[in-house]
Amino acid sequence: MVVEKKKERSSEIPTSSLADIAFLLLTFFLVTTTIDVDKGIGLVLPPKGEAKEVSKKNITNLLINAEGKVMVDDQITEIPMIRNIIKEKITRNPNLIISVKTDEKTKYLYYIQVLDQLKQANAKKISIAEPAK
Amino acid sequence: MTKEKERSALKFSRKVKAEAGIPTASLPDIVFMLILFFMVSTVFKEFRGIPVRLPAAKQIEKLPGKRNVVYLWADDRDRVSMDDKFIDIKEISNIMYNKLSDPMKQIRVVSMKVDQQAKMGTITQIHEELREAGGAALNVNYSTKTAN
Repeated sequence: MVVEKKKERSSEIPTSSLADIAFLLLTFFLVTTTIDVDKGIGLVLPPKGEAKEVSKKNITNLLINAEGKVMVDDQITEIPMIRNIIKEKITRNPNLIISVKTDEKTKYLYYIQVLDQLKQANAKKISIAEPAK
Repeated sequence: MTKEKERSALKFSRKVKAEAGIPTASLPDIVFMLILFFMVSTVFKEFRGIPVRLPAAKQIEKLPGKRNVVYLWADDRDRVSMDDKFIDIKEISNIMYNKLSDPMKQIRVVSMKVDQQAKMGTITQIHEELREAGGAALNVNYSTKTAN
């Protein structure tokens, strides 16, 4: 008599390599992920066609020329000095609007440095002047 | 007799070997949890943009998430890039308007990645276009590095 061998087949899924597979996936995501944080200076532009008349005593003109020289109310200043000047002006007049005017050829770098100074001085009302047409 | 038996039994039970392996049965679960966390928290970069040297600033704000942001690149040669295409500055208002009216995206901020050597003339033109589009396009964030 021939006795047939009964082959025992395991009905379970082998899970010993599952951890390895999962680790592989994990390393893939870890390597492909670049965490770049987007940070910057926020500003809200005024809507189109909104021009307000403001009395002159509530405005401080801040001019930046093409060479990066800054003038606050007809006084030439260095960029790191702006913070203190504006802070002082705001404590004297909380409704003060700072009107930033730039030359067409002014570098963006100076503009950001000035904006940074204004933000450090806690200036809330910043106006970016349109170029005269 | 009985005491002797007890003693021998005690001796026997003391020889029980302590298990030396770390239980690895829950390892896949832990790893899967880690994977799920990374998969959910990852937002893939949508656009490559153009290489720019960002200026540095101290008083900076974080952007509200990454999914509600429109990115706009501009470099020192007056080139403006949106959606990985060089575009004319005059086209910005139309593109922005289309993006804002897309109900699938709740745009909240426009992130401007501008080269520090770019001219303000270009920036002012971009401002004009954003004001033309209106709405959330007015919320501008000038992307900067962190200054020390």
